[in-house]
Amino acid sequence: MAYDKFNILTSTAVPLPIENVDTDQIIPARFLKATERKGFGDNLFRDWRYNGDDSPKKDFVLNNPIYKGKILVGGKNFGCGSSREHAAWAVYDYGFRCVVSSFFADIFRGNCLNVGILPVQVSDAFLDKIFKAIENDPNAQLEVSLPAQTITILATGEKESFDINGYKKDNLSNGYDDIDFLQAIKKDIEQFATTRPF
Amino acid sequence: MSQSPSTLFEKVWNAHVVRHIADGPDVLFIDRHFIHEVTSPVAFLGLEQRGLKVMYPERTFATADHNTPTINQDQPVKDPLSANQLRALESNAKKYGISHWGLNNPKNGIVHVIGPENGITLPGMTIVCGDSHTSTHGAFGAIAFGIGTSEVEMVLSSQCIMQPRPKKMRIKVDGQLGKGVTPKDVILYIISQLTAAGATGYFVEYAGSVFENMTMEGRMTVCNMSIEMGARGGMVAPDETTFNYIKGRDKAPRGEAWEKAMAYWKTLKTDEGATFDKEYHYNAADIEPMITFGTNPGMGIGISQHIPATHETGAGKASYEKSLNYMGFHEDEAMLGKKVDYVFIGSCTNGRIEDFRAFASIVKGRKKADNVTAWIVPGSHIVEQQIREEGIYDILTEAGFQLRQPGCSACLAMNDDKIPAGKYAVSTSNRNFEGRQGPGARTLLASPLVAAAAAVTGVVTDPRTLL
Ligand code: SF4
Repeated sequence: MAYDKFNILTSTAVPLPIENVDTDQIIPARFLKATERKGFGDNLFRDWRYNGDDSPKKDFVLNNPIYKGKILVGGKNFGCGSSREHAAWAVYDYGFRCVVSSFFADIFRGNCLNVGILPVQVSDAFLDKIFKAIENDPNAQLEVSLPAQTITILATGEKESFDINGYKKDNLSNGYDDIDFLQAIKKDIEQFATTRPF
Repeated sequence: MSQSPSTLFEKVWNAHVVRHIADGPDVLFIDRHFIHEVTSPVAFLGLEQRGLKVMYPERTFATADHNTPTINQDQPVKDPLSANQLRALESNAKKYGISHWGLNNPKNGIVHVIGPENGITLPGMTIVCGDSHTSTHGAFGAIAFGIGTSEVEMVLSSQCIMQPRPKKMRIKVDGQLGKGVTPKDVILYIISQLTAAGATGYFVEYAGSVFENMTMEGRMTVCNMSIEMGARGGMVAPDETTFNYIKGRDKAPRGEAWEKAMAYWKTLKTDEGATFDKEYHYNAADIEPMITFGTNPGMGIGISQHIPATHETGAGKASYEKSLNYMGFHEDEAMLGKKVDYVFIGSCTNGRIEDFRAFASIVKGRKKADNVTAWIVPGSHIVEQQIREEGIYDILTEAGFQLRQPGCSACLAMNDDKIPAGKYAVSTSNRNFEGRQGPGARTLLASPLVAAAAAVTGVVTDPRTLL
């Protein structure tokens, strides 16, 4: 699945200062029944976002028009739980291109990178600063630079760098994925397969 | 040539690296790939859009389990969306020549139950599936982990995935487990010590006398929940227990191939002097039957203890309070005696024959409590058959329980087996997240013995008082 190339993203951000946000909250299991990758954004955080009768829950951040943007800022251990890639699709489909947290669950982080979302891991202290900046001004802009591997709170100029491996960085900036890479080395794989006992 | 000492994990991983990318992941060859109806359709769609084929269909196995009903499986599936996914699985399997054990096939069952019981899962393999509890297969000394749908597409099209090498952790538990303390309690205890994120970035090896003395079913229960502390997977070195379990199973090697395999499998252990990035050591005597009180699997305590008061501040404290609030619990409350509305025994964590034996050992000669609705769901048709053959079925029926048909069921509640909002369920599954067992459902994770004790008394009960 091709996705947009990622370079420098400057945007306001949506704050979700809750720890251990698990993939069952990001997209509840009952929405995994699709056989196509469409419409998942509508059900992002479904049970936090809507009441049982589908009316929006006023106090949930996605229902608050003050907060918008392409960056989602979550509490520690974001994306824990199941391997469902649907969680990453939902985040992407809703319109986020970047998720910031002080800690990500492994599989979720990998899924994000596979679908074109940049997971940015910052220190606990910097995460607090981001939350404060948004609290002070919901229009506060963040700048996420993939080439420089930095995230900046533009209002204050405070900046932190983040890690991403060179291979994934390349993929994201070119908008191509692992499957493209694996197809290119198919001969090696065939050769390797002949050495497997089972 | 002398080799430096390596861990079990390194031996298996290194044997599968097709290519190492500098400053990037390893290209890892995958021996076995399991697929099911929920996470595969979009991967097949991706293949089609790119015009790719399945590279080695004989290495992939398909089963229907996640959204299947657990009653009347001989009738058409009512939910149109589920039926659609089941049809997609069947037609994709057919189209690409993949073996498919759909509903009503005698080998059908939960993906992580049928792999081992049919000898598809073997030591030294790499195994993946679009379900995070693929870690279950690590019990055989395999590297097994859950993957996302893009990765399912990768494995279908190239039999490889791209993985950064995880760090190595060893968890040792030594000593003698007390009466009524099961493998589920061991892993819930470990997770409660390490927290739900404590092993993120690691691959775990379980070692020590407790795991050496454990049955394969028990080791599967432990490895299954490795993911609940954030680990990519967990594994146990294969030994006689492993070999005895595998021998003679449907797809296990035979004759000369068996001898050759055994010679290799016996080398699959961590060498003296090999190092880990992190090690933990626990004492079996410290573990009692466990139960969770919150909304992540790390929020577990010994069944006789009280819900801890949080000493955290800020976001940690807010999350803790949110969690207790969801559960309708308070700090310092006892878990014993809390009313239970539902009991679920099943899932790839505790849906194997040993789990039903344990359940029956308490239920025998007692009656189901009136206030409890119980869902007794075998992990596969083979388990179901064993339940009947061993007389467990009769014990269950006499006590007022009904046996359902195999599937994931209330583990993730994608079918009709949903716990109603606000109700309490003692569940032998692996996740107690908000809404995991249905919107608003409140899950208490526990062993089959604790589930049985709750099922016959109607409240949270220490199983040791009934054994
Ligand atoms: S029983 Fe639960 S954890 Fe196991 S495969 Fe099914 S849904 Fe996944």
